[in-house]
Amino acid sequence: MRHTISILVENEFGVLSRIAGLFSGRGFNIESLCVAETLDPTISTMTIVTNGNDAILEQILKQLNKLINVIKVTDFQDLNYVSREMVLVKVHADEKTREELLRMTEIFRGKIIDVSMKTYTIMITGDEEKLKAFLNLIRPLGIKELVRTGPIAMIRGDKTIKASEKHSKGGEDGKNVL
Amino acid sequence: MKKTGAQILIESVRMEGVDTIFCYPGGATLYITDALYDASDIKQIVVRHEQGAVHASDGYARASGKVGVSLVTSGPGATNTVTGIATAYMDSIPLVIFSCQVNTMLIGNDAFQEADIIGITRPCTKHSYLVRDANDLARIIKEAFYIAKSGRPGPVLVDIPKDVTANMGEFKYPDKVSIRSYKPTYIGHAGQIKKAIKLIASSKRPVLYTGGGIISSGASAELIKFAEKLSIPVTNTLMGLGGFPGNNPLFLGMLGMHGTYAANMAITESDVVIAVGSRFDDRATGKVDEFAAHAKIIHIDIDPTSISKNIKVDIPIVGDSRHVLKKMLEFIEEEKEGLKDYPAAISEWTQRTKKWQKEYPLTYIKDGTLKPQYVIEKVFELTKGKAIIATEVGQNQMWTAQFFKFLKPRSILTSGGLGTMGYGFPASIGAQVAFPDKLVIDMAGDGSIQMNIQELATAVQYNLPVKVVILNNRYLGMVKQWQELFYEKRYNWTQMDHAPDFVKLAEAYGAVGYRIEKEDEVEAVLKEAFRNGRPTLIDVRINQDECVYPMVPAGAPLSEMLLV
Repeated sequence: MRHTISILVENEFGVLSRIAGLFSGRGFNIESLCVAETLDPTISTMTIVTNGNDAILEQILKQLNKLINVIKVTDFQDLNYVSREMVLVKVHADEKTREELLRMTEIFRGKIIDVSMKTYTIMITGDEEKLKAFLNLIRPLGIKELVRTGPIAMIRGDKTIKASEKHSKGGEDGKNVL
Repeated sequence: MKKTGAQILIESVRMEGVDTIFCYPGGATLYITDALYDASDIKQIVVRHEQGAVHASDGYARASGKVGVSLVTSGPGATNTVTGIATAYMDSIPLVIFSCQVNTMLIGNDAFQEADIIGITRPCTKHSYLVRDANDLARIIKEAFYIAKSGRPGPVLVDIPKDVTANMGEFKYPDKVSIRSYKPTYIGHAGQIKKAIKLIASSKRPVLYTGGGIISSGASAELIKFAEKLSIPVTNTLMGLGGFPGNNPLFLGMLGMHGTYAANMAITESDVVIAVGSRFDDRATGKVDEFAAHAKIIHIDIDPTSISKNIKVDIPIVGDSRHVLKKMLEFIEEEKEGLKDYPAAISEWTQRTKKWQKEYPLTYIKDGTLKPQYVIEKVFELTKGKAIIATEVGQNQMWTAQFFKFLKPRSILTSGGLGTMGYGFPASIGAQVAFPDKLVIDMAGDGSIQMNIQELATAVQYNLPVKVVILNNRYLGMVKQWQELFYEKRYNWTQMDHAPDFVKLAEAYGAVGYRIEKEDEVEAVLKEAFRNGRPTLIDVRINQDECVYPMVPAGAPLSEMLLV
């Protein structure tokens, strides 16, 4: 099962290696990882996409919670959430394909952010399906290079993920996962 | 007030009440070593190998309940601590390890005696710090001690570059710690605790399965009260020994691979297992699918990651064992009426467990040869169970767990999780430092003792009269036992014919050595050894063929035991 996990952590050196170590120590692959400061500059959000069976994933969520620098772990699995990703793609663009690429980029509400005699560099943001559709359409035109950010996610509606205290109250089994 | 990093370190550990540091010097420790020259209030035990320093601080911590402290140099000094740290991590022992590091500017440059000890120990520490500024040192030390001893305890490593120990920094020791991302749960969920009591009340075949959490939370008195009130039989893990008195009629003995028949059968036949501060380790459960297959499981543990890790739990309760047991006792008081007849209601069950104990007690064949179990029984008899007993790992450890009746918490020092040979001797040195007047005995094997034998010099230097009883069978006995039972007696690698003469070795170090070859010499020699007041090795030439029984073969369910 694919899971998108958000982890609020202290914005300190060494935290990333502790978190990555938990995954690698159990033979779990991190599909994508996105880290940056939050509104509060002492806290960073890590958004991780991973794949694996639920029992092991539950262990990982608990183990993540146990790390001293981790403030909060949220598994988006059972939540109503939005997620977006950005991709930069360098595509072969000659006289025959330039028009088509421009139109496609517009349809997908992307931008051409760099141009050379032979290439366009296109930026597209969206959810996974949208990016997949776009890439499938332009693939026949000749993709030269591709870079993706990996998704970031947020709960829909009023609800937010707050860095409130962890393990403060006696939980039933201390899962403490939103 | 401004002080050097080295002075800040010393002032800070003083504020933490540290009276002993197990240490080994090197280039990177020099400022600290020098500053400690004037600190006569802090005992500085210089070991002979850094692994010994960490094991000694671990033995000190297990015996006393305080945080154990060690201090080593950079590079090899730091890497030598890894086994000690991993040992403490697996058994949840509160340690603070100070490792010195090369100068800040040199970190990452492959400098002389540089090692990325933070990276190396990341998977076996509860937490670690690299100190980059002397101004942070006091806060970090405060946090390190707090993290080590709170929640599920564990080792915390503080890595301090040499320049930080020389630089001036502001010293103000914080009064309290507040780490927003670390708030251990002590108080169990009341609703869950009530549910657990209800489940117990409706059960007919309950058993308490308790572990090291009883020791670290100091819950022994509550456990005894709880078990006696409802007359529920108790089995301990290796780490839990001493948490429930070994001579209590409700005590079934240890469970697991070398557990007693009664304990393993009680788990197998039970209808509710109350696990307290134990983590369903594979050596305790045997084949997990058949572990307590007819039982509902209540699991009390301070660490949420222990819950439903190996065995699916029906009623999880996250919290400190002592807090939760106290709360349970209160609820029992409230439900007094409903539970009044409980001991009578389960008497058929308790009769059954008693019958198992009687029919299949721990035993060995007495054939006139010198048996290890006999030696351990004698040690128990002569010390009246009042000694602190360390073990190494292997047959010596299992025989001791079986035949020494541990009566009080913190009376056994043993590497349960990691299974570290060479742990027991330095650990017993640490315990002796904590309790100079107590009798401290290391039950060793001829293989294990050679893994940290160099610490004999430490014991002699500081006059720590530790007694090492070497159950010498000229084999790496536990591995040999597996070869005998499962590998057609092909004893490759396990013959220890080339060991030193332990008596002469003891004398060479300035300790006392004895040799016992016959059963009738045991008592007299042990008596003399226990009162000679000096570090002592006793080479006991036991029967070579003795195995540890009962034994549940690897992968088999607990009910399938090989008996004597």
